[in-house]
Amino acid sequence: MIQAPDLVLPRRTLKKALTGIEGFDEVTSGGLPQGRPSLVCGSAGCGKTLFAMEFLVRGAVEFGEPGVFVAFEETEKDLVENVASLGFDLQDLVDQKLLALDHITVDRSQGEAGEYDLEGLFVRLGFAIDSIGAKRIVLDTLETLFGGLENDAMLRSELQRLFRWLKEKGITAVITAERGDGLLTRQGLEEYVSDCVILLDHRVSDQVSTRRLRIVKYRGSLHGTNEYPFLIDEDGITVMPLTSTSLDHDTLVERVPTGVEELDQMLSGLGLYRGSSVLLSGTSGTGKSSLAAHFAHATCARGERCLYFAFEESPSQIVRNMASIGLDLKKHLDSDHLRIVSARPSHYGLEMHLATMLKEIKRFSPHSVIIDPITTFIAVGSASDSQAMLIRLVDLLKERGITAYFTSLTQGNRELEATEVGMSSLMDTWLFVRAMETDGERNRLLYVLKSRGMAHSNQVREFLITSCGIRLADVYLGPQGVLTGSARMAREEKERSEALACEQQSKKDRILSERRATAIEAQIAALHAELAAEKLELQQSEDERSGVVLEQTASREAMARSRGHLNGPATELP
Amino acid sequence: MSPADKENDIQILIENNGSEDQIPEGHVLRLFVTGSTPRSLRAITNLKAICEEHLAGRYTLEVVDLYQQPELAKQNNLIAAPTLIKSLPDPIRRVIGDMSDEDQVLLGLDVQPE
Repeated sequence: MIQAPDLVLPRRTLKKALTGIEGFDEVTSGGLPQGRPSLVCGSAGCGKTLFAMEFLVRGAVEFGEPGVFVAFEETEKDLVENVASLGFDLQDLVDQKLLALDHITVDRSQGEAGEYDLEGLFVRLGFAIDSIGAKRIVLDTLETLFGGLENDAMLRSELQRLFRWLKEKGITAVITAERGDGLLTRQGLEEYVSDCVILLDHRVSDQVSTRRLRIVKYRGSLHGTNEYPFLIDEDGITVMPLTSTSLDHDTLVERVPTGVEELDQMLSGLGLYRGSSVLLSGTSGTGKSSLAAHFAHATCARGERCLYFAFEESPSQIVRNMASIGLDLKKHLDSDHLRIVSARPSHYGLEMHLATMLKEIKRFSPHSVIIDPITTFIAVGSASDSQAMLIRLVDLLKERGITAYFTSLTQGNRELEATEVGMSSLMDTWLFVRAMETDGERNRLLYVLKSRGMAHSNQVREFLITSCGIRLADVYLGPQGVLTGSARMAREEKERSEALACEQQSKKDRILSERRATAIEAQIAALHAELAAEKLELQQSEDERSGVVLEQTASREAMARSRGHLNGPATELP
Repeated sequence: MSPADKENDIQILIENNGSEDQIPEGHVLRLFVTGSTPRSLRAITNLKAICEEHLAGRYTLEVVDLYQQPELAKQNNLIAAPTLIKSLPDPIRRVIGDMSDEDQVLLGLDVQPE
């Protein structure tokens, strides 16, 4: 939305009167134009009277502005009875002088003899307004006058005068009108009420009815131009504004664990971002709800609140089933950390669901919300409707920083990842659980399809549901990809035995080589001994030989000396 | 804001001979106007003339100014002004306008024009 230029303008904007109708004041940024008439039009049964009545009742009760309800169709008694079912005690308000009811009928049998005007009506309205000091008035349905009076031209000029008169009185007025062919109203009242025109609509498509509200015109005020779905329940009207179309919600950096340790590791070791939305899709029986329950359990275990919308199971069933995989949800229910809201998706239309969820969220103010499964809504509304609803829901949760966890059932025979593109673009993290049939077994695989803003594992992990919760098994890759189930176990066993064999072999080898070494060492020792003996022998023979030489020399010298012809040494002798 | 002339408001029922014996109690009429606008005054004048002509002496006419008694607008379920209500004889009938259309007024009064 283009908001920046608007903020720059001087805010001399027109005063508004809060209606107190949930969501409507947000859509109109403050309610209806104060002191001016507004037109509420729509076909029969679209909630005009209720809208008008709620405007008055809330005005009187919540904002201290008394109001006059002028009914052209219903009698006072009918009115009191009709809105009693919505918790409005009109009689009490009338007694407190906060509300005045006036039923006006036009006598069709009356004769018209000459000129007249509607001064009688003016007197009557003026009297009613003055009697309680009214600040608000409702004329429901003013056009009825056209059926009772013949002089159209007079009526038109008088109505014009009436609106002017109401404006002069500074009274905030709601005028209801039936929708006409090609026109907003049968009698073209929108020509006279030019400040604010609201169109209510009630459509049925695929046997599901949807009420919508659109602000056709709001002079002097910025307003949303969308069709806003609204619903009527025991609390009156709730308009669902398409919140935060600007995508300006704060982003949180805090991480929250998923409750499955191995899964956290796959998500860069820390789990999900707080306030992010997670889609867990998979075919039926792949453990989506169990994973969701882990998430709930983890939230509650942190001391936070988790709101669980279950559209397939009752709360007690969930508690029982999750106890079988080791999750004690009951204690969280008892300690008020967990709230499970169960409803059949076909009970009411999408808007009603959204509104109920919104109410529950407001009431419980959870830290995380689980919707299990989101896909059931596609059965309720059309694909575009349910996506629109989902956008609103996701935005709503993001705005509040609530971590949201949606499970989505994928039809087995379809392209698994393609079907949910519309939904997945809204999601920050998309986990995919798939069943794989191998070796006469059906095993579960989990992988992270995407996870915005974090490094995440690209591995396909086997997903085990055990009596102590969910585990992700280690990865074994076979020729056909990841091994699962008994194939994985066989592989694990094989690896174990291989490791054992390997260990044994190496032990044997070590012993053998040790032995060889010992043998060699023995040999070395023997050789050393031999060498030593040899050396000894050599020494001995050497010694012997040198002894002989010495002896021979000595004897030769002795001989020479005795012979006396030894010259050399003899001359040197002293 | 002009209170209608009080002395003219109530006409005493006057007996009369002739064909209108079937209305023993006479006509009880109330004319609601809003102040002394020309239209209000015209309505009073016109109605009186018609009554005098057709119901002379056999009617009661009360002229009410709604500005003086606004609560009567709701009590009598009024929208248009001027409005004439014939409460007697039965059935109750209403005629709106400045009473310039004599036929319509007589129709509303259940009086056959002569």
